[in-house]
Amino acid sequence: MSEDKGKHVAEPAPEPADQPLSAEQARAAKADLETAGGAKEPSLVPAAAQGGITAERDSSPFRNFFAGSAMTSVLAVLLALIAGGLLIASTDKQVASSAAYLFGRPTDFLAAVWNAATQSYVALFQGAVFNPRAATVAGQFAPIMETLTIATPLITAGLGVALAFRAGLFNIGAQGQIIFAGIFAGWVGFALHLPMGLHLLLVLVAGIIGGAIWGGLVGLLKARTGAHEVILTIMFNYIALYFLRFLLTTPAFQRPGASNPISPVLDPSAIYPQIFGSQYRLHLGFILAIAATVLVWWLLNRSTLGFEFRAVGANPKAAQTAGINVSRATILVMAMAGGLAGMAGVAQVAGTEKVLTEGVAASFGFDAITVALLGRSSPWGTFAAGILFGAFRAGAVQMQVQTGTPIDIVLVVQSLIVLFIAAPPLVRAIFGLNPRRKKMATAATSPKAALPGGAA
Amino acid sequence: MSTTATAPRPESTTPSSAKGISGKPVTWRTPIVLAFMAVVALLIFGILGPNQEASFGISSGGDFFQLPAIIVPAFAAGIILSIILLGLAGWTIYLKTKGTAAPAWLPVLFIVVFVVAFLIWVVGGARTPSISLAGLIAGSVTLAVPLVFGSLSGVLCERVGVVNIAIEGQLLGGAFTAAIVSSITKNPFIGLLAAALAGAVISMVLALFSIKYVVNQIIVGVVLNVLVSGLTGFLFSTVMQSDPQKYNSPEGLPIVEIPLLSSIPILGPILFKQSVVGYLMYFAVFAVWVGLFKTKWGLRVRAVGEHPQAADTMGINVNATRFWNVTLGGAVAGIGGSFFTLVAIDSFTKEISGGRGFIALAALIFGRWNPIGAFFAALLFGFADNLQSILTIIGTPVPSQFMAMLPYLVTVLAVAGLVGKSRGPAASGIPYVKG
Repeated sequence: MSEDKGKHVAEPAPEPADQPLSAEQARAAKADLETAGGAKEPSLVPAAAQGGITAERDSSPFRNFFAGSAMTSVLAVLLALIAGGLLIASTDKQVASSAAYLFGRPTDFLAAVWNAATQSYVALFQGAVFNPRAATVAGQFAPIMETLTIATPLITAGLGVALAFRAGLFNIGAQGQIIFAGIFAGWVGFALHLPMGLHLLLVLVAGIIGGAIWGGLVGLLKARTGAHEVILTIMFNYIALYFLRFLLTTPAFQRPGASNPISPVLDPSAIYPQIFGSQYRLHLGFILAIAATVLVWWLLNRSTLGFEFRAVGANPKAAQTAGINVSRATILVMAMAGGLAGMAGVAQVAGTEKVLTEGVAASFGFDAITVALLGRSSPWGTFAAGILFGAFRAGAVQMQVQTGTPIDIVLVVQSLIVLFIAAPPLVRAIFGLNPRRKKMATAATSPKAALPGGAA
Repeated sequence: MSTTATAPRPESTTPSSAKGISGKPVTWRTPIVLAFMAVVALLIFGILGPNQEASFGISSGGDFFQLPAIIVPAFAAGIILSIILLGLAGWTIYLKTKGTAAPAWLPVLFIVVFVVAFLIWVVGGARTPSISLAGLIAGSVTLAVPLVFGSLSGVLCERVGVVNIAIEGQLLGGAFTAAIVSSITKNPFIGLLAAALAGAVISMVLALFSIKYVVNQIIVGVVLNVLVSGLTGFLFSTVMQSDPQKYNSPEGLPIVEIPLLSSIPILGPILFKQSVVGYLMYFAVFAVWVGLFKTKWGLRVRAVGEHPQAADTMGINVNATRFWNVTLGGAVAGIGGSFFTLVAIDSFTKEISGGRGFIALAALIFGRWNPIGAFFAALLFGFADNLQSILTIIGTPVPSQFMAMLPYLVTVLAVAGLVGKSRGPAASGIPYVKG
C-alpha cells in the first residue's frame, strides 16, 4: 500500500498493446511478473487464484508432498467428511440415548456414532455413484448418471468462476449470469419455432450471449470506473433475479393461462438430446461441459489471450507495463466467464428443467464458487470438483430419503472442504504434520510465499 | 489497493479524470447524472404524470393529536418538483463551469426531492391513491433494523481493513441462536446475548482464517455464508423440527413504549415505540460513530484500515486490533440477526435473513463506510422494501420487482461512481504481514 502515490507512474504512455506480443516480449513479461517483488500490486484473488489459496514453497520432499496441493485437498475432503459425520451423529437419536450411559458402556456410544455417520454416507454413496440394491442394471447405474447431470451446470459455471479467478477477478456473479442465460435461451426455446438442430444451436448461442452480456457488463463497469467486481456481481445477481421475476409476470414469458410465474415448455427441437437414452436425465450438455473444459484449458495454457489473463491476474501493474491492455482483458475475461456460466443456464433450461422458472439457477451459481475454489481454478481441477459436488448433491437426495439426514449437510461439508483447503497449515496441524513450529510459521507468514507482496 | 469493496484503481479511472489533475478533480459526471435524472423526472413525473390526487395519511389512530391527511394534486406536484430538480441540476452545471464542485448536501437534497416526486407520482397513479405516510415510515424503520446492524458490522470490519462478506451469515447465525436460546431459556434477553455471541464466533472464524492463515477474506466470507446457511438449515431440520414447541418458539422481546412521546405523529412510533433491539440500533449507530471518529481507539482502528504499516510503526498491534474489531463487528451483526426471531417473526425458518446481509453490504457502501451514512442508506433501503410491499397492495404502475431491485441498482450506480465517489478504507481486504 506504500506505493499508492506512485500508481500513475505505471500508466503506460501510448497504447503499446496493439501489437501482439512476441515470444521474447512474453518471456520478458513473465520474468517481470515473477520478480516484481515488493513493487507488485496485490492482485484481487491473489495466490488463491493461481492454483492454491496460499502458495507455499518448501524444500523438504516429505513436506512438499504433504504441503502439496493434491494431498491437502484429499485431507481437507476427509476432514470435512469427518466433521460432517460428527454433526450427523450429534443429532442422532441412537447416539443421544447411548450417550446417557456413556461411562457405563462407552462402546455403545462409539458404535452409535459410527453407525449414524456411516449409514448416512453409505446412503449418500448409493445415491451418487452406484446403487447395488436396484432391481435392474440400468437402475444400478442411475445414480452416477444423476451425478453427472447435476455436475454439468456446476462444471461450466465453475469454469467461469475459475477463469475469472485466474485473471485476478472474483466473479460471484455466476448466479446472475445463469439467470440471464436462462432468460435468453429460454425465450429462443419457446418463442421461436425452428427446425431441429438449428433451433438448439440458437438456444445455446443465445444463452452464451446472455451470460456474456451480464458478465461483460461487470467487466466493463470495473474497467471504466474501477468499481469492485465483488460488489458489482453480488448486486447483479439480485438485479437479474428480480428482472426474471418481472419477466415471468409479462405475457411474453408467462405460460398462457398460468397464474404462477412459469414459462411455456421449450420446443422439443430446442432441448438437449439425452445421451444414454430416455431412462437417464444425462444430456448433451455434459459433453459440451467436457468440451468447455478442454477449451478453457487450451485458452489458459496455450493461447496468447490466456497468457494475458494470467499475467493480469498475477500482477495487473506489471502486465500493464508489459503492454497488456488490462481493461480489455478485464472486460473479455468477465464476458467469457459469463458465457461459461451461460452454458450452465442453457443446461438448466434446455437440459434438465425444460422450462424457465424463478429457480432456474437453483444455487448453482454459488456452488460454482466453491467448485472453482476446490478445483484450485485449474480447468480439470474444476471439472473434478464439479463432479464431486454433483455427487454430493445427487447423493444427498437419496440420503435424506433413506436416513432422514437433511440435505443441508452437503452445504456444511462443501464449505468446510473449501475452508480447510484454504488453510493448509490448519489441516497439517490437525493431522500432526507440522514438523517444526518455527519453520511452519515462516512458511505461513512469509510475505513472498503467502501473498503477492502487497503488504510487504 | 484493491480488494476493497470499491477503492477505484487510479489507472483504471476514466482517462479524462485521471490525467494530470491533482487534488480533487471536478468532473462532469455529477452534473450530467443530475441533469439526466431531472429531465426524466420532468417527463415521467411531470408531463406524463397522473391526473389524480394523492393522499398521504399522517396520523395513526392513537396519536397525541390528529393531523389531517395531506392531499396533493399529483400532476401539479410532479411539474413543480421536477422544475426544482432541474434548477438543482442547472446549479451544479453552473458551478461546474465556474470550476467548483457542488456542495455535498446538494446531491442529497436532490435525492430527497426526487424520492418525494416519485412517491407522489407512484401513489397518484395507483388504483387507490392513498397511503398512510406514518405507516410507511414506521414500517421502513422496522425493516431497516437488521440492515443497520449489518452495515455497522461492515463498517467496523472494513474500517480496520477486513472485508466482511459474511454479514449475511452473521445475521442468520444470530437469528438462529436467538431463537433456540430464547426458546429454551424462555428469556429473550439471554437470547439476545447469545445472538451477539454467535455473531462474534462466526466473525472469529473470519478473523482467524483471514488474519492467521492469510486466506483471501472474500473467499472466507463467501464460504462462511454457505457454512452458516448449511449449519442452521441442518439444525433446523433435525433439532428444531423434532420439537418446535421446545426449541423453536422463542419468547419475543417486548415493545417498550415511552408514554406521551410515542404519540407524536410519525416521529413517535419510530423513535419511542421500539423493541430493545430498536433502541439499541440508535445507540449503536451513535456509539460506533463516536467511537470511530472521536476516540483514540477509533483513530487507531482507522489507521490500521488505511495504512497498517504506519500503524504498526507507531506501535499498534495491527493483527490484534483487526481480530477484536472483526469480532465486535460480528457481535453487532448477531444482535441485528436476533431482530428476525425475537421481534419481527416469532419463530426461525430456513434462510430467514433472505439476503439482507448483502443489502447491508450495499448500505455500507452507499453510506460511504460511515456509520451515520450507512444508517441513512439502510433506512432508504428499508423504505424501498416497505414501499414495494405497500405498492403491490394499492396497485401502481411500477412493477413491484423493480422496487425490490432498487437498492441493488442504486448500489451499482454508487460503486460505479455515478452518484458521487465512494472510496473505502485503503487497506481493506489486504492481509497485513509484518516484514
